[in-house]
Amino acid sequence: MKTNRFWKWALAVATMAVVTGSAFAQAPSATSNTAPAVAAIAAPPVAAPAAAPAAPTPPTAKDVNSGDNAWVLISSALVLLMTVPALAFFYGGLVRRKNVLSVLMQCFILACVISIQWVLFGYSLAFGPDIKHLIGNLDWAFLKNVSIDTPHWDAVTASSYAGTIPHQSFMIFQMMFAVITPGLIIGSFAERMKFSAFLVFAILWATIVYDPVAHWVWGKNGFLGLMGALDFAGGTVVHINAGIAGLVTALVLGKRIGYPDRMSPPHNLPFAVLGAALLWVGWFGFNAGSALSAGGLATSAFVVTHVATAAAGLTWALMDWIFNKRPTLLGVISGAVGGLVAITPASGFVNVMGAIGIGVGAGILPWIFVSIIKPKLGYDDALDAFGVHGVGGTWGAIATGLWATKTINSAGADGLFYGNPAQLLIQLKAVGVTIVYSLVVSFILLKIVDLVMGLRAEPQAEKIGLDLTDHRETGYTVLD
Amino acid sequence: MKYIIAIIQPDRLEEVMQRLEEKEIHLVTVTNVMGRGRQKGIAEVYRSHREAGTLLKKVKLEIAINDAYLKPALDAIIQGGRTGQVGDGKIFVMNLDECIRIRTGETGGPAIG
Repeated sequence: MKTNRFWKWALAVATMAVVTGSAFAQAPSATSNTAPAVAAIAAPPVAAPAAAPAAPTPPTAKDVNSGDNAWVLISSALVLLMTVPALAFFYGGLVRRKNVLSVLMQCFILACVISIQWVLFGYSLAFGPDIKHLIGNLDWAFLKNVSIDTPHWDAVTASSYAGTIPHQSFMIFQMMFAVITPGLIIGSFAERMKFSAFLVFAILWATIVYDPVAHWVWGKNGFLGLMGALDFAGGTVVHINAGIAGLVTALVLGKRIGYPDRMSPPHNLPFAVLGAALLWVGWFGFNAGSALSAGGLATSAFVVTHVATAAAGLTWALMDWIFNKRPTLLGVISGAVGGLVAITPASGFVNVMGAIGIGVGAGILPWIFVSIIKPKLGYDDALDAFGVHGVGGTWGAIATGLWATKTINSAGADGLFYGNPAQLLIQLKAVGVTIVYSLVVSFILLKIVDLVMGLRAEPQAEKIGLDLTDHRETGYTVLD
Repeated sequence: MKYIIAIIQPDRLEEVMQRLEEKEIHLVTVTNVMGRGRQKGIAEVYRSHREAGTLLKKVKLEIAINDAYLKPALDAIIQGGRTGQVGDGKIFVMNLDECIRIRTGETGGPAIG
């Protein structure tokens, strides 16, 4: 019942976003080749006016390819690895000793709670049969009609999310994305948000922000996908979405006590390095897994993901070396994560040179935000969720419109550098819509949770540390 | 009886301990500490944010000692701890009222050795 109300509300707000977004209401075309699933398996979108081909037949259990299915299941596990332990330790190492458990707890509980949300109704809202290009309906709630042995088939568009793997494989892969996205926001409000408020906000945000945006871009007949926006593995859906929500959360919650000058440095950089390195590994599932098949496209996505990450880590280190006199380890890992974020939307559409370009940009732009703009503006994005994911994600989504080429993925599109400036415009629109929606709805949700239960930990609790006050535990003992 | 507190460079600890050993001074308590003096700290930088008020790692030795051993102990610490650089540390000497060995209940000078 409560769920239903949120869902209606989500629809209302989504409608508003579309109306205000003027130019986005383009006439939906019949074929969409933008979802990664389709990109992997669809034939090149060549219109054949004379001899119209017979409608493709729905895939059956016989069509399940064991190689594809194995890769997607492994990728699902790799994407889970990105939340726990990778993101948990990346963030956990960057907070102060007294808050390490609170951050690990937030990441772990998301893996629990969003997984349940996903099978109950989240998956259906995001990927279920389309309602007015805005949201899925509830036909797949409780995974009803989501087969364990036959691939998905959408009768309206006569296409499949992934024609060679069981529908539930696609569902569990997407579940891991739904888990990590609210997890990324933790970086912004770390060390000062009450656990109870965090939990309520995360569930609301996953339902009212993540699920609709995922539908717009990836769902069958979602309006951003129809518009031709390219987002291979989640630049807009995951990173811009979470990054912007992070910025809003940081602003609504306010600064931590003592920020910026009376704060201890990261309490355990080796943890952060461990986490970042595991993110790098897990991201191969995120990006190469988004091919939803184990063929050449997965290989290409794997390669460009790796190259962009390397370029970005190196670039950030050089930026530090030039402007702060020393290359820092925190800089290298921040750059690498920024590179992973930026290559995400582009990973199925760009070649290696494009990946280097995207990586270099991802080492420079987030660096500028984190080093110059954030201190100037004074907001406390504690672990730079916005600075790295919001900025890196925006750069990646735009860069996809620059470097995308059909030589990599015939189901994609050419970008500006391949003679198609229109794609850049489409990317900008998709970025704009996501930013506006995430900004407005995240703000409203935070205000509601604040009114009902209060967002921020008591000042005394913040001083003592959330490990002890929210969980009655400590990460480290001093005496044996 | 005296109580010595010495703050020294961490990398001089081995040297100081060896010299104390040579002078048959075995009772010592060592702690990792943070501090700063004229040497000042080295500012750490995290994502371009310079940390204010940095401290340096030092080692603190605490030694309770009978008066006869004071001079040898101070010599050992100075010889072992000195590099001639700013930041070599300081030694503080205080009078000690009482010392009790918990195992036997001995008090005073005999309890120290």
